[in-house]
Amino acid sequence: MDYIKAFITGGAICIIGQILIDKTNLTPARILVCFVTAGVILTALGIYEPIVEFGGAGATVPLPGFGYALAKGAIKGVKESGVLGAFTGGVTATAGGITAAIVFGYLAAVLFDPKEKG
Amino acid sequence: MDSLDVKQKKINKEYQDYANSLSPKSKIVKNCIMAFIVGGLISTIGQLISNVAKNYYGMNKEDASTVTSITLIFIAALLTGLGLYEKIGKRAGAGSIVPITGFSNSIVSPAMEHKREGYVLGVGAKLFSIAGPVLVYGISTSVIVGLVYYFFVK
Repeated sequence: MDYIKAFITGGAICIIGQILIDKTNLTPARILVCFVTAGVILTALGIYEPIVEFGGAGATVPLPGFGYALAKGAIKGVKESGVLGAFTGGVTATAGGITAAIVFGYLAAVLFDPKEKG
Repeated sequence: MDSLDVKQKKINKEYQDYANSLSPKSKIVKNCIMAFIVGGLISTIGQLISNVAKNYYGMNKEDASTVTSITLIFIAALLTGLGLYEKIGKRAGAGSIVPITGFSNSIVSPAMEHKREGYVLGVGAKLFSIAGPVLVYGISTSVIVGLVYYFFVK
């Protein structure tokens, strides 16, 4: 059941992205920025948590889920270590993903060459 | 004869207008269906990884979520290097951009393209041409959220 929920939730978030691409002239880069920032704000407002509870990975795998982890980390950080936590919490919670993106991204870019387009 | 010709032209034009009004819309619908399917599939794979991490390795929700992100980022980096992610992306649109795998793709792709410019300002800098803005806005917003929480909620 949680697989179906994940499929629907993740798919629905991607539909929002597709409509934004087709209806506005937002570039993919701006979509990524908007989705992560929207995830942070929606989490702070308490709107994204219920979506995560329903959709599981369907809500955490799309980029608003990255914003969700950032916001949740920042709030957790403040609870544990006060104002310092606002600065350390977000990156602490997402350190694994960010580091993986840098390391695997670097290795892939070094090991592989761009394919000829055509 | 003339009036028939005019009539035919009018019908042709009406049909053309009708077709034009229809086709961009149906293109959007088709794109949305593809985005739904591909985005849904990637999320389902994520759910599978997360369930394995939770059920077989006894991880809590946060750790399982991190493991899922790391695994998907690895797979997408590899597929981008092999030139396969672009092929999926051509059909999937937002379905391959919005999931975390699209973030990974946005890191590898420009870095690979600009390798000729060297390993520092080519690969090293271009890794962040899209990831950079994402981190800037995401992390900055999370700091604001933390500060608001500290001063107004706690």
